[in-house]
Amino acid sequence: MTASALPKSVDGMLELLTSRGYLAERSLATVAYLSLRMGRPLFLEGEAGVGKTEIAKVLSAALGRKLIRLQCYEGLDVASAVYEWSSAAQMIAIRLAEAAGDTDREQLSSDIFAERFLIKRPLLQALEPDVAGAPVLLIDELDRADEAFEAYLLEILSDFQVTIPEFGTIKAPQPPIVIITSNRTREIHDALKRRCLYHWVDYPEAERELAIVKSRVPGISAKLSQQVVRFVQALRDQDFYKSPGVAETIDWATALTELDARSLTPQMVGDTLGALLKYQDDIARMQGDTLQKVLKEATSDN
Amino acid sequence: MTTIDHLNPPTGHMADNVVGFARALRAAGIPVGPGAVIDALNALQAIEIGNRADVYATLEAIFVKRHEHMLIFAQAFDLFFRAAEDWKHMLDSVPLPDHAKKKPPPASRRVQEALAQPSARDEAPQVQEQELRLSVSDKEILQKKDFAQMSAAEIAEVTRAIANMKLPQAELRTRRYQPDAKGLRLDMRRTLRSSLRTGGEIIDIRKLGRIEKPAPIVALLDISGSMSEYTRLFLHFLHAITDARKRVSVFLFGTRLTNVTRALRARDPDEALASCSSSVEDWAGGTRIATSLHSFNKLWGRRVLGQGAIVLLISDGLEREADARLAFEMDRLHRSCRRLIWLNPLLRYSAFEAKAQGIKMMLPHVDEFRPVHNLTSMEGLIAALSAPPPPHHRSLIRSAA
Repeated sequence: MTASALPKSVDGMLELLTSRGYLAERSLATVAYLSLRMGRPLFLEGEAGVGKTEIAKVLSAALGRKLIRLQCYEGLDVASAVYEWSSAAQMIAIRLAEAAGDTDREQLSSDIFAERFLIKRPLLQALEPDVAGAPVLLIDELDRADEAFEAYLLEILSDFQVTIPEFGTIKAPQPPIVIITSNRTREIHDALKRRCLYHWVDYPEAERELAIVKSRVPGISAKLSQQVVRFVQALRDQDFYKSPGVAETIDWATALTELDARSLTPQMVGDTLGALLKYQDDIARMQGDTLQKVLKEATSDN
Repeated sequence: MTTIDHLNPPTGHMADNVVGFARALRAAGIPVGPGAVIDALNALQAIEIGNRADVYATLEAIFVKRHEHMLIFAQAFDLFFRAAEDWKHMLDSVPLPDHAKKKPPPASRRVQEALAQPSARDEAPQVQEQELRLSVSDKEILQKKDFAQMSAAEIAEVTRAIANMKLPQAELRTRRYQPDAKGLRLDMRRTLRSSLRTGGEIIDIRKLGRIEKPAPIVALLDISGSMSEYTRLFLHFLHAITDARKRVSVFLFGTRLTNVTRALRARDPDEALASCSSSVEDWAGGTRIATSLHSFNKLWGRRVLGQGAIVLLISDGLEREADARLAFEMDRLHRSCRRLIWLNPLLRYSAFEAKAQGIKMMLPHVDEFRPVHNLTSMEGLIAALSAPPPPHHRSLIRSAA
């Protein structure tokens, strides 16, 4: 990996993202650019599947930085997010010291809490210097972690340092590029948001979504891609429990090309609807008349 | 894209402009701290300021921290930067929060009332006396008396009793651990540290146990006309819960759904209730349970029910448009929470039968069906919240229905 220079303007950021196939709205490129310039974490909120996680991957690839991902879940604690001591190795070290006849307790305690016994988890890894430049740290789906962990993050995100009682404080020589995503299954505390640049990632407009589908599903015909996007856009107007995101659009377009579809037919849509809608209630609502109506809108030529 | 230099009006004071804009946002209800203003000025220097859309995105990323505020921000931005030239003039008309216009909070009104002549509210001193005179039997009567038939003084007494109710604090085991001598998991880190004191010999083994914390409570309170005699007391009840716990969300519904969680967070119950009622438009109107549940399921369900929440649905279930949609939404709600408790004041009648169409539709989808109309039943509810759900609660429902 070779490190690329950071973009120098919003347009530069747009180009950088586009070069890796991420067709971002200008507003998203603006905040991403600002977060790099100001060294602030970027907090992305929005429905599932609108490309929040993707931007971290694209940024790390485009800038040639290492991507460190912390997937949040309920019960995530310091031991699995930041660091842990390798107790097995420490025990062996103690036994070896005993066998060698070392009885100096002070010496022993400084020996077994040394860096070689420290298991570094994502957050600590992200604070380490890297030849290619500070890594991209993706804290994914923060809303899934519990409040206690969120409070812990406050310290790391403002000072980019971790204090390990037995070892000391580890501070990042250069702060990582932090991207935090949330699907809003619960509200994240304002104290954390205040330290970040906030952006709500929305569903893309038809034109952009069409461009995304074309770039992500190369084999797709112009006609089919247009129909797919129109169909999905029409679905988002329906009152569904979970509207399909861009990720679902890409999945569906891929599924249809795999099936050699040339254009949308009721049969084809019915068979593959599971790629778009993930709730049985929503699928049930899309049977019969509603399906016909949306399909007619999507396939009419104008 | 328009390239109008809105931020550099002829007077040319970008900093003043941003400060003014921040004040306007604050007046419009978006919390904007001084730190954010400095951030905004730094950020504006990092982008090309000629592009209005970029300025918009920049200021939004810094000043807006909640999805709900985006609309207010959009309107404020439009208004403010359209008239950027005479922004100073505009600021004069923006009501600034620290200037006297703010009306006194309800608590101070209560203080004023308390200090005023007793003629206006002559029952107020009586409350005090009555409290002193309450004998054991009086208390018993009060425990069982229907909220709907209480006098103002009795209601004041009950309100106090509600405020003193103690909620169980730990009933949900989380997946996080803490040092606990009786725990089941080995705490290697602390064990090793303590072993160093004995030169590496492990003498005492440290343990970890799961952290327990209160389950989130989500209350959906029916405020339609037929429930009007109960709503105020239930709000007191919910305020007491909100005060005692961290994760409580409260929604009111009549014909539409309103989230009043933040309003209820005010410490003083009167202030909380007043700010609650000012945020609701359909007080004591009709009921549209299905529609309200639909908007709850769609907009809030995933956000507040995620962590094993207990749902308290407080309603008499008297719905005029009871159809399949009501059953569908109830089912959705039931499947997305840990426990759904329906509290119905109508259950106070011993001869209660689930005859109304709405009640019939809703009953199959609840875990528990309880009366709440007096203090005893409210205490019963609190006891039920701390206990695990009864093993055969579904059969109980069927016998009730």
